[in-house]
Amino acid sequence: MTVTDHTQATADAAHSHGIVPDKSRADRVVSFDADVFPVPTGREENWRFSPVRDLRSIFADEPADGHLEWTTSELPAGVALTEVPADDARARTVREPGDRASALAVKHSGGAMALTIAANTVVEEPITIDLRGTGGDVRGHLLVEIGQSAEATVVITRTGTARYSELVSVDLRDNAGLNLVLLQQWDEDAIHAGEVVARLGRDSRLRGTVVTLGGKVVRLNTSAAFAGEGASVDLFGLYFADSGQHQEHQLFVDHAVPKCTSRVTYKGALAGKTAHSVWIGDVLIRAAAEGTDTYELNRNLVLTDGARADSVPNLEIETGEIEGAGHASATGRFDEEQMFYLRSRGISEDQARKLVVRGFFADLIHEIGVPAVEESLLKQIDLEIAHVEEELEHE
Amino acid sequence: MSTLEIRNLHVTVETPEGTKEILKGVDLTINSGETHAIMGPNGSGKSTLAYSIAGHPKYTITEGSVTLDGEDVLEMSVDERAKAGLFLAMQYPVEVPGVSVSNFLRTAKTAIDGEAPKLRTWVKDVKGAMENLRMDPAFGERGVNEGFSGGEKKRHEILQMELLQPKISILDETDSGLDVDALRIVSEGVNRAKDTTGLGIMLITHYTRILRYIKPDFVHVFVAGRVAEQGGPELAERLEAEGYDRYLASA
Ligand SMILES: Nc1ncnc2c1ncn2[C@@H]1O[C@H](COP(=O)(O)OP(=O)(O)OP(=O)(O)O)[C@@H](O)[C@H]1O
Ligand SMILES: [Mg+2]
Repeated sequence: MTVTDHTQATADAAHSHGIVPDKSRADRVVSFDADVFPVPTGREENWRFSPVRDLRSIFADEPADGHLEWTTSELPAGVALTEVPADDARARTVREPGDRASALAVKHSGGAMALTIAANTVVEEPITIDLRGTGGDVRGHLLVEIGQSAEATVVITRTGTARYSELVSVDLRDNAGLNLVLLQQWDEDAIHAGEVVARLGRDSRLRGTVVTLGGKVVRLNTSAAFAGEGASVDLFGLYFADSGQHQEHQLFVDHAVPKCTSRVTYKGALAGKTAHSVWIGDVLIRAAAEGTDTYELNRNLVLTDGARADSVPNLEIETGEIEGAGHASATGRFDEEQMFYLRSRGISEDQARKLVVRGFFADLIHEIGVPAVEESLLKQIDLEIAHVEEELEHE
Repeated sequence: MSTLEIRNLHVTVETPEGTKEILKGVDLTINSGETHAIMGPNGSGKSTLAYSIAGHPKYTITEGSVTLDGEDVLEMSVDERAKAGLFLAMQYPVEVPGVSVSNFLRTAKTAIDGEAPKLRTWVKDVKGAMENLRMDPAFGERGVNEGFSGGEKKRHEILQMELLQPKISILDETDSGLDVDALRIVSEGVNRAKDTTGLGIMLITHYTRILRYIKPDFVHVFVAGRVAEQGGPELAERLEAEGYDRYLASA
């Protein structure tokens, strides 16, 4: 087992001298022009943990041949799903792409699909979008636009297989609320590089949950930027990496305005010799962002030998006038004492392991707020654990 | 009627300095309905004895035997030992975050009995047992031992013992860290289990205080990995007055 924790917290710059990263997150290039981003070699700061060779076709500046099959729940009044031509799609994207995969996804997607919720519309039932890959290369561009004081839950589930790259733009107007759930339930050979960029208007609330269970390589890069005061973002993530899976979640919360709140909570379990997870959590509190309150957490549970969890929290603080800022990162072995305790009460090894892993994820699962998703997730986690048991038996 | 029989038990642990023998030939027999107090200085191996009987993977049995009603306990897995009727109330109960107490208790009961308990009676049993131990019903929804105080953890151990109804129970310093009220409540729980199920008890303790509530039939002095002397309740009084110096000098 390899566990690395590259903690690079820059302590409150106004008070002390922490380790300062070479470059501020604020300086990262963004552009619709894919040529601005050379093909990654794996030595770049943001690609250094990624299996770039598996992503080759995603880095190729070529038209893509495949598509995803869309199945959408019935859309209530005030909700529209429309095709948007390329120029318009770019104009409505809240921020330019932050890497080559994302820029090429926009370039070759042939326009975007836009899910738009009209102002003051409160959608009670979750809006579900199922995306099924049928193989081949697919480039996607999706706009999620929540009008002023509108409120909705959107669950996007990816299944099947593809070599898929995408840019998802999330636009929350003033006082809007969105619960966005992204489920990566791909077949085991899928490759997925996605960028999610969110802009939060004044007093808006974004709750984003990412669940990554399937796929060979899944690399999701989520950015949330505050554009108005009083907004809040909660980003939750749950992943379970088996042998042969690379699951990478990068996050960037940009506190550019005062009085906003952010919470990032990601938890992962790893099992199997070549299971690899990466979590990079960047939070930037700019000089103007007084009264910021932020906390980010990543925890990894390593169930078997050979799995590798990289965890890199990174907090940059440019003002001392904040409410709170903190981060925690912990990666631990599966706790044998917990197993012994449960088993000493007659509970079998298999069942004890299920209880411990379910317990590890319990609080996160309850945060999703969509009962159907929570239930199916518990079942899928049990399946993942059953899979671990098989692997352990083969050892 | 059950009998736990420990014969010439030798146990080692792996330390950075090499293998270390901790138990050096323990002999002890506990029958249903009997209470055996085990008293001895820190580090003498009392917890090691308790954990070895329960099957903790850290300990290696190098010699001797442990049987329950003639069945070889050492051949059993940890959960099989519990199903056979052994229970260990731990000195330091383990936190299992995210697993609710009620889910845990029901899962354990189902495992021990081999079938799920009848929901109605089970809910009533749990509620009653918690009331008896002055545990707030809200504990049912909390994570197992998660954020429990020392005393709450000990009550939770006894709660499990009352619900799982073992044949032989090992209580490892269940009295340590309890105030007088909590000590009385926990002791009542142990005595209830003894009265209703004829439980046999190995009671590991440093203090005679608990022996006023739970009357021992036998007292064993445990020194340097073996039983150095045995006697009746009067031996406990003498230990409290004189300490273990007499045994340590000769050990
Ligand atoms: N992993 C280990 N490495 C080294 N020594 C160990 C290990 N585990 C136990 N020991 C030693 O074994 C001895 C017996 O420990 P044990 O916990 O059984 O004592 P005890 O009688 O229960 O003491 P106490 O009254 O303090 O609870 C101690 O000296 C302890 O340090
Ligand atoms: Mg002890």
